[in-house]
Amino acid sequence: MTSITDPQQGSFRLSMLINDTRYRSYTFQAIAFVVLALCIGFVVNNLFTNLAAQGLDISFDFLGVPAGYDINQRLIEYTSQSTNLRATMVGILNTLLVAVLACATATVFGVLAGVLRLSNNWLVSKLMAFYVEIFRNIPVLIWILIIYGIMTISLPGARPYLGENPDREMLFGMFAFTNRGVNAPAPVFDPLGWVVLAIFVLSVVGMFLYRRYAKQLLYKTGRLLPMGWPSVLIVFVPAILAFFVLGQPITLDIPDTMANRFNIKGGFQIGAPLIAIWFALSIYTGAFIAENVRAGIQAVSKGQTEAAAALGIRPGRIMSLVVLPQALRVIIPPLISNYLNITKNSSLAILVGYADVTATLGGITLNQTGRAIECVLLLMLFYLVISLLISGLINIYNNAIKLKER
Amino acid sequence: MKKTVLFGALTVAGLAAGMASAATLDDVKARGSLNCGVTTGLVGFASPDANGVWDGFDVGVCRAVAAAIFGDPTAVEFVPTTGKTRFTALASGEIDMLARNTTWTFSRDIDLKFEFTGVNYYDGQGFLVPKDLGVSSAKDLDGATVCIQTGTTTELNLADFFRSNNISYDPVPIETNAEGQQQYLAGACDVYTTDASGLAATRASFENPNDHVLLPEIISKEPLGPLVRHGDNDWGDVVRWTLNALITAEELGVTSANVADLAAAPTDNPEVNRLLGTEGELGAMLGLEADWAKNAIAAGGNYGELFEKNIGENTPIGLARGLNAQWTEGGLIYSPPFR
Ligand SMILES: N[C@@H](CCC(=O)N[C@@H](CS)C(=O)NCC(=O)O)C(=O)O
Repeated sequence: MTSITDPQQGSFRLSMLINDTRYRSYTFQAIAFVVLALCIGFVVNNLFTNLAAQGLDISFDFLGVPAGYDINQRLIEYTSQSTNLRATMVGILNTLLVAVLACATATVFGVLAGVLRLSNNWLVSKLMAFYVEIFRNIPVLIWILIIYGIMTISLPGARPYLGENPDREMLFGMFAFTNRGVNAPAPVFDPLGWVVLAIFVLSVVGMFLYRRYAKQLLYKTGRLLPMGWPSVLIVFVPAILAFFVLGQPITLDIPDTMANRFNIKGGFQIGAPLIAIWFALSIYTGAFIAENVRAGIQAVSKGQTEAAAALGIRPGRIMSLVVLPQALRVIIPPLISNYLNITKNSSLAILVGYADVTATLGGITLNQTGRAIECVLLLMLFYLVISLLISGLINIYNNAIKLKER
Repeated sequence: MKKTVLFGALTVAGLAAGMASAATLDDVKARGSLNCGVTTGLVGFASPDANGVWDGFDVGVCRAVAAAIFGDPTAVEFVPTTGKTRFTALASGEIDMLARNTTWTFSRDIDLKFEFTGVNYYDGQGFLVPKDLGVSSAKDLDGATVCIQTGTTTELNLADFFRSNNISYDPVPIETNAEGQQQYLAGACDVYTTDASGLAATRASFENPNDHVLLPEIISKEPLGPLVRHGDNDWGDVVRWTLNALITAEELGVTSANVADLAAAPTDNPEVNRLLGTEGELGAMLGLEADWAKNAIAAGGNYGELFEKNIGENTPIGLARGLNAQWTEGGLIYSPPFR
């Protein structure tokens, strides 16, 4: 039975596209879509006609041609005879390297500063507030320049360390800090040395297993095994024993100040550009993370802390066992965007001469080959893929720890 | 952020074509001033003085072109460009011509679609090192850290030189000459390498220029000259023949001091007359006034005057004419005839 008020079915009139609220939004969306598509089409069409008019074309052949330039910091084999594609790979790895390093240290800085900013100690909390405000409110580009500038000017060159009678001695005879970077001893592994390393890795795994066991025991029986010193023992004792039993198979390659008259050679070297961009990105983003952490902690209701205190849990444990796990749910989503920011901001690395992908593909390769559009497209693709990957991974983690509604 | 870059690139590419096919000379005339790309600051070649007025050898070329078009050497907007940004600036139409220590190479001419309108300085790549390093040859630089401006020919020559001599180095890439100078003086690199003229200019601005030496090796040919976009030949001709006018003026003894007199009435040297517009129609053929060359020469002097005033032996930079002497003096500076 149809009531009189029911709208009549099937009598669709064109005017309803505008007048009928059921259809109106579709109409506008369709119009917006068409307009947007036309705009994009216009721009792309313009691009191709104009490129053609200039006698240029879109071609990625340049990726296979020798790059011709050298790169100072590289994780894979590369010479000036390698292809532009190889130079791009070097750049990508360098971007990933600095992004991973900076994400890790930024998190450490951020958690420390965020927690300490809530400290009851006036001086500590004010110091942290100062850190957050000063770093958050000055653009990262300026921080990068300041930090690199300070490093270049305040640290000595390599020359004072070199030669028979150097002006400067290396710290402990093995560390040198120059405005070209840090030189440190590098471990050299004999075949047996790898055994020691394997034992060490196994011990670390063992330590985690022990802690898991201790935790389960605590939850099951309420008996609390000591955690601190056994962990240390498990990690170090077997490896140290093995090291001496196997006849000290790991030696140190100490930086050599006599190799030539220009630079300290040998050992382990981290270039000043990497240090500068790494430190600048982490200290800057750490300030943002600190605020997320603070927000997350404050989002946990005070009742939780009080209840935990009433149960007699110590303040440090209240933080690590009760508050932080709940706060993480608030902290993680904005943390993703901070990690994304680090990755994207690492494209400023060329400011300090660090060879990230923007500096190789989007800088020197672009400039030497003149393939601006191709290089920028590839760069966009790279940053897009990386950003999506990072947010995907962290979302998985977030899903794992978020509040499970049952 | 990346999106903006793309749209920037797209629009730039879109605008570029519109401009490249249009007549640049008409655009410049309509605008009333010339947009000239120069360095971000290299004393002697292009740098702003205390009042922000640009001066230098390359700046002189820009001013001569402006004077040829407008009769006014100040009708120029100077656009500072780095080794990396200069070609985009030119291709996109942001500048009408580039006069920035730029080397004429095959790929820039053919692949990047530019047109070099001549050579105003024949140069080569050199190495600058502190004297107390005790290095006497570039072949002794094995293991050194080298400051190098990115996006330049010198970056590629450097890689080739070290590879062919089987020695190694650490590059420190830098964007501007000022940055390179700072890194070099702070000892962050042992060696600074670029065009020898640029090194001389850079060294001249040091507090103690004598603590630094140029190594004897010149490892490349760097013919530096002004360039314009490919495809607008009329505009290319204006820039080319303005430079030629400066060179011819030196050859014929026309200077900023006597050009007004020589142009007042026909002289008994027909080439001077054709150059200065008292005979023939050369200016009109270029789409300029008859006194275009007179104005260009009056702007900053002929080629030799520009050289002596900005980078010559009596300036702190102290470059000898060498290859850049007139062909009549055993150099390479040679202009086709004005007829
Ligand atoms: N001639 C080379 C190098 C040109 C170059 O970058 N020269 C430096 C030093 S001579 C310069 O002009 N720097 C000024 C600046 O940094 O703006 C080329 O065309 O690639």
